[in-house]
Amino acid sequence: MRLAVVSAWLLAGPVGLALATERPPPGASSCAGCHVEGAAMGAIDGRPAAEIAAALAEYRSGVRPASVMSRIAKGFSEEESRAIAAYLSRQRPPGPEPSQERP
Amino acid sequence: MSPTRRALLATGAAFAWARPAPARAAAKVVVIGGGFGGATAARALHSGGLDVTLVEVNSTYVSCPFSNEVIAGLQPMAAQRFGYEGLARAGIRLVHAAAIGIDADARRVTLSDGTALAYDRLVLSPGIDLRFDAIPGYDAAAAERMPHAWKAGEQTLLLARQLAAMPEGGTVVLAVPGNPYRCPPGPYERASLIAHVLKTTKPRAKLILLDAKDTFSKQRLFQSAWKALYPTQLEYVPLAEGGQVSAVDTDAMIVRTDFSDYKADVACIIPPQRAGRIAAVAGVADRSGWCPIDPMTFESRLVPGIHVIGDAAIAGAMPKSAFSANAQAKVCADAVIDLLAGRAPGTPKLINTCYSLVAPGYGISIAGVYHPAGGVLADVEGAGGISPVDAPMALREQEALYAADWYRTITRQVFG
Repeated sequence: MRLAVVSAWLLAGPVGLALATERPPPGASSCAGCHVEGAAMGAIDGRPAAEIAAALAEYRSGVRPASVMSRIAKGFSEEESRAIAAYLSRQRPPGPEPSQERP
Repeated sequence: MSPTRRALLATGAAFAWARPAPARAAAKVVVIGGGFGGATAARALHSGGLDVTLVEVNSTYVSCPFSNEVIAGLQPMAAQRFGYEGLARAGIRLVHAAAIGIDADARRVTLSDGTALAYDRLVLSPGIDLRFDAIPGYDAAAAERMPHAWKAGEQTLLLARQLAAMPEGGTVVLAVPGNPYRCPPGPYERASLIAHVLKTTKPRAKLILLDAKDTFSKQRLFQSAWKALYPTQLEYVPLAEGGQVSAVDTDAMIVRTDFSDYKADVACIIPPQRAGRIAAVAGVADRSGWCPIDPMTFESRLVPGIHVIGDAAIAGAMPKSAFSANAQAKVCADAVIDLLAGRAPGTPKLINTCYSLVAPGYGISIAGVYHPAGGVLADVEGAGGISPVDAPMALREQEALYAADWYRTITRQVFG
């Protein structure tokens, strides 16, 4: 019963592959509520980690103007933001298939 | 290296790229409720390789977010309806029946079609039930005359028809319950958009907003917009000025408070609420009618093996919203996957963002970041808050656009 689950974790974790099942760091799974292809908020899956982390740092400090992201970014430390950025950068970038389910 | 891992690595990289195939004896998870919470949870659990069954009595979901726009004639009802074909295509097993019994010891759900489903873990996302015992005179029959329209569907269309048919110079009464209830800013968005309809089509008509509390979500933003946009259309009566409804009389079309009787041409009564009925059947609702949960896993504090997400859960500082339900569903799914694998779930952080329209092209928002603290989901200090009170119109327009795009993206993600 547990084999499939454990194997998914082993494959996603130590091997470091961007599986749909890679465990998101705290907060990261909420991002897809808005940031998908075709939205004015912009898709972020597959964007470079440095770019996402820099944007979050600027939202957090208030340097970069924003509507809600300045309020959200303040809820995450530098380290948490970097983990989120790294995770999102490993996700499948937008493609023709809008469903997030299948690689 | 464990025998499991060695064997898997030996099968080669092609397997590693594939979505993990459910093993012959994958753990069984039953999800009850196919709204924003349950449908999201079903997808996430299925992606995690579990054997998932989604139980939802309706074959079409009608979304509450943006249903205020339908009431105001700004959005067609068709834009609120979503089928479950997308979830079926993703490989999720759907059962269109009502869950009528839960045996937590035997870990079994009984359905209205006479069948039963065994589960290793159960996720409840039952939304709300309206309390038709809370306001004297306001029962299910009264709602046909004075719609609540707080569960989208026929009620939404009924209120829209009543507003459209109301004579010029008429009075709309909108009653708002005390906390907690589904969608904290929703009644005030509804009041705003109804006031917009009155202003543009029946300028001598007015709306009286009766509130069972004195403070509410995005209050400064709403009230400053009302002052600017609807000075003669919208009258707000807070608790302190007698805003709490004590009874309704549907024959006379009167909404009563302890201080006054309000004669209405159209009355929308949003009554107090509780977790959807199956929560009480399962024993996961407490005396408040809502469901206490562990903020790390969303597992019930009352019945082990059952998780509760979305509006039904007592989620601390997190509001009862579709955005919250979607975020909670993902965190809950990760925790369920961990618990079934014998691992300790990580400490989550969750985000909520809620947009409201006060007029077409005029959007405002509230956002928050939450983490488990002191046994509840608490606000992360220093984060979150509402849109600036003195923002230029360009920001209001941008937030209206974001609101529409959020609705499009979330519904595509959940049901698409």
